[in-house]
Amino acid sequence: MTTGCRSPRDAGELNCKGTMTMIKEEEIPSSAVARKPRSDMKSYLSAGARDIPPSGIRRFFDMVSESRDGDVISLGVGEPDFVTPWRFRDAAVHSLEQGRTQYTANAGLPELREAIADYLHGRFKLDYDPGHEVLVTIGGSEGIDLALRALVEPGDEVLIPVPTYVPYKPITSLIGGVPVEIETFAKDSFKLTEESLRAAITPKSKVLIFCYPSNPTGGIMTYEDMLPIAKVVQEHDLIVISDEIYAELTYSGRHVSFASLPGMRDRTILVSGFSKAFAMTGWRMGYACGHRELIGAMLKIHQYTVMCAPIMGQVAALEALKNGMDEMRRMVESYNQRRRLVVQGFRDIGLPCHEPQGAFYAFPSIAGTGLSSEEFAQRLLQEAKVAAVPGHVFGKGGEGFLRCSYATSVAQLTEALDRIGKFISKLR
Amino acid sequence: MDEFKLKILDLLKEDARLSPSTIATMLGAEEEAVRAAVADMERDHVIVKYAAAVNWGKVDDEKVTALIEVECTPERGHGFENIAERIYLYPEVKSVYLMSGAYDLLVEIEGKNLKEVASFVSNKLSTIDSVISTKTFFILKKYKQDGIIFEEFEDDHRLPVTP
Repeated sequence: MTTGCRSPRDAGELNCKGTMTMIKEEEIPSSAVARKPRSDMKSYLSAGARDIPPSGIRRFFDMVSESRDGDVISLGVGEPDFVTPWRFRDAAVHSLEQGRTQYTANAGLPELREAIADYLHGRFKLDYDPGHEVLVTIGGSEGIDLALRALVEPGDEVLIPVPTYVPYKPITSLIGGVPVEIETFAKDSFKLTEESLRAAITPKSKVLIFCYPSNPTGGIMTYEDMLPIAKVVQEHDLIVISDEIYAELTYSGRHVSFASLPGMRDRTILVSGFSKAFAMTGWRMGYACGHRELIGAMLKIHQYTVMCAPIMGQVAALEALKNGMDEMRRMVESYNQRRRLVVQGFRDIGLPCHEPQGAFYAFPSIAGTGLSSEEFAQRLLQEAKVAAVPGHVFGKGGEGFLRCSYATSVAQLTEALDRIGKFISKLR
Repeated sequence: MDEFKLKILDLLKEDARLSPSTIATMLGAEEEAVRAAVADMERDHVIVKYAAAVNWGKVDDEKVTALIEVECTPERGHGFENIAERIYLYPEVKSVYLMSGAYDLLVEIEGKNLKEVASFVSNKLSTIDSVISTKTFFILKKYKQDGIIFEEFEDDHRLPVTP
């Protein structure tokens, strides 16, 4: 350890000895010799890794897991309650039987990239060249990470409408960017407004992360809602990372991609994936599309860090795009039915709930109970055996709300609503 | 049939106990419209009954089920209708289908034991005049019936809280 091996775990026997035989004692610079092992393992960490907070969801997850109560109904799950349709799974199984176990092209199987480009063209009127403008990623999450790493320099400000999906902020901080939260409100159905965007912009603003349909609010942005946003983006020369993972889960009209707005195609990195619409969360299959310069830069990081997305997932995703639209629509219809049930349920209980028009979350307000989100969620779990995620973990503006996923059976939803109702009347 | 009714049927097929008001909420419709549509379908015998799907394999007094391929001579003017009726009126007959291909009727029959099924085939089915031949196949296990999988497996593998 005195030779300057940084940590007992990293160095390993061989490495330490090797260093010693190569460098004679007197040649070692004094600063290296003087370096003592640090007393606290944390002090070895980079500031970025040390300072990002653990996800608030994670903390709540531990609480639910520790309760180990089989009777708990969880509305905290952010994934479909459908198993991946058999057709897609079978395609992957077949590919394994055929021995397709190799790396693919870094950007993904060419036929999958073509299918993604065709799909985006057919569904959302987007035009991307599958050769240079489509990148298959390991879940939408990797796409977000790559996009931020490709765009953000230390000190750049990243505008994030909140409440929103938790990881945007920590990833931004990790690479030295400055996350700037823009609060959105229930009275606006959690839409981003032109005024609040303008108010948040400074000369350092570079990126806007746009996530609609929204996790956790279920809010959406229509074409008309987005036009003024696009104007501001143009005016201030911003780049938009548009996370449209919930695009297909839009219940009033059809989803409009931010990239399809006039002038926005080359200013937008579209991030999406198969997890939500095709019930493929565990496969980790996503994609990013945009201008070839931007996607090219992301591809470089992607090839150095992960090589390519797993081939079996790519095969299943290809099957999903080729033959899975009916299955997808069936699932979306089922979410929509449960959405109506849950929203009505919360209103009947007396919890104000804005009408979520996308994703599979309801975001009722619990402010009227006088409890904080955290207290409410904790007591709801302990006293009523219903788990839901307290809104404050999703950033500013989330306090006073509860994220409830309705991707759960009708029987469970009905029972959960019943329990929440009884819990509320006990509070009053 | 209109789409509204089809959607109601889809929901009832999964859970026949859903109330009209729940169905109305789920479909974004009026409760009265749902009640009327259901009443219509009941009257027209589209909805025949609200029965439980039972996995009889789990019940102690097990039953024996067999599928019987029946070849028969159709009657002038009636085809297979009368023969089918003579067969389906027996309570032990669970279903009767007119088939294309090598035989004419497929009959599903249920009995307390093998002997009872055998006796039905030899004493009742084979003795019908127009029946030419029968082939009996006993069902050993039901895996899936009417879209319902009978095997038990844990259906929710999800973590309780995820982003």
